[in-house]
Amino acid sequence: MPILMDSERISRSLTRIAHEIVERNRGVGDLALVGVRTRGVPIARRLAASLREITGVEVATGALDITLYRDDLMKTAVGPQPIVRRTEIPFSIDDRHIVLVDDVLYTGRTIRAALDALIDFGRPKTIQLVVLVDRGHRELPIKADYVGKNVPTSRRETIHVRLAEIDGRDDVTLDQAEGERA
Amino acid sequence: MSDNAARLRGKDLLGIADLTPSEISLILDTAEAMKEVSARPIKKVPALRGKTVINLFYEPSTRTRTSFEVAEKRLSADTLNIAIATSSVVKGETLIDTALNLEAMSPDLIVMRHASSGSCHLLARTCRAGIVNAGDGMHEHPTQGLLDAFTIRERKGRLQGLKVAIVGDMLHSRVFRSNVYLLAKMGAEVWACGPPTLMPAGIEQMGVHATTSVEEAVKDADAVMMLRIQLERMEGGFFPSLREYFQVFGMTPERVRLAKPDAIIMHPGPMNRGVEIASEVADGPASVILDQVANGVAVRMAVLYLLAGGGDDETAA
Repeated sequence: MPILMDSERISRSLTRIAHEIVERNRGVGDLALVGVRTRGVPIARRLAASLREITGVEVATGALDITLYRDDLMKTAVGPQPIVRRTEIPFSIDDRHIVLVDDVLYTGRTIRAALDALIDFGRPKTIQLVVLVDRGHRELPIKADYVGKNVPTSRRETIHVRLAEIDGRDDVTLDQAEGERA
Repeated sequence: MSDNAARLRGKDLLGIADLTPSEISLILDTAEAMKEVSARPIKKVPALRGKTVINLFYEPSTRTRTSFEVAEKRLSADTLNIAIATSSVVKGETLIDTALNLEAMSPDLIVMRHASSGSCHLLARTCRAGIVNAGDGMHEHPTQGLLDAFTIRERKGRLQGLKVAIVGDMLHSRVFRSNVYLLAKMGAEVWACGPPTLMPAGIEQMGVHATTSVEEAVKDADAVMMLRIQLERMEGGFFPSLREYFQVFGMTPERVRLAKPDAIIMHPGPMNRGVEIASEVADGPASVILDQVANGVAVRMAVLYLLAGGGDDETAA
């Protein structure tokens, strides 16, 4: 399982993305970060810390669970339901620039669901997308505004993102899919 | 990711007796996420879009039926309410025939309340649709048990090791049965109190401490749950008078003071003020009676979501 990004590489990428966010938005006024559960949330918090270092401003940060908006939720008659977790957006998103944060961009279906979920909370001025890894194979017309690393993959491979806050260590690996998954 | 998916075994929720502790925890955890949906400006998620849920109520109900209907609508399901007074049941149709006719319209879930214990089990065996028991006779009312547990857990952070006193009519109460099964499975210590005429036979086998002394039941309790005196079922002369009942078993401010200082007071509704509970207690600072109603919607959303099935354990990135 080749390591695509180690701890240092992840941290450099996020610092670079934080600078890009400041540059594109000409500062961080009216900006808020929303991480997509599970691993988008710690990435969003790390970006908020970088933005604080760069600008001295504390950027509001939330967590979005998109389970109830998935397009594959009711595909089969009986089966295990994905676990629903809490969405925590303790600020108004109206007229703000929302930076949506996720770990891996693949088919684009998670982001489609996240956009629907976000719009139920209000009417942001813009929504921009940060992903740590873009692995291609889009099924919907969605593209990221800020990318940590582009990784060409085959559909049979899987990308594993591990983050210290959840997994105890930081790295991104490329693995051969076990069986018919992913 | 398999650690990200979980399920209830089976297509129905018939009673707490059939659930494992991990299934109960799954429902309560899911309800926590569902509760947040009700706090949003747009209180609706598309999870059950295109699913049909029939609410089939053979007994009058305002709170439970409304609560289920709100839960269904917040999940975007299409809902139908069948009130028995206006249905063909008054023309003599049997439960099974009604169910088969409804089934022919392919609903995904049927929520049923019925005066006969076990009627939901009968329906579950007949129908392909998932059945949710909204109260069957004197048997169980599982979503009430779940919302009570959710309310206790929300306030106390846990169920394990808590002392819960349940006071009132245990004989006729499906709420009592569901609560006892649930609290016992989750490791709470349950004290049941009421007149001996309103205690079910073999109550000790349910794993509760039974007593006729309210003071003993309430002493150092973390939660005190009052059960309704079901005035419509009281022809049997179970106790001399409502006034006397209040004197001996009614929850007064003096009795509440015997419980822990941070104890919560619960009641499944509808309340008989001045019979099982004094107004000062029902409206007092320790009362969580209206939280129970709010939590009922979240718990029912969780149950409907988990039973509606679907979604395999694939996580699309």
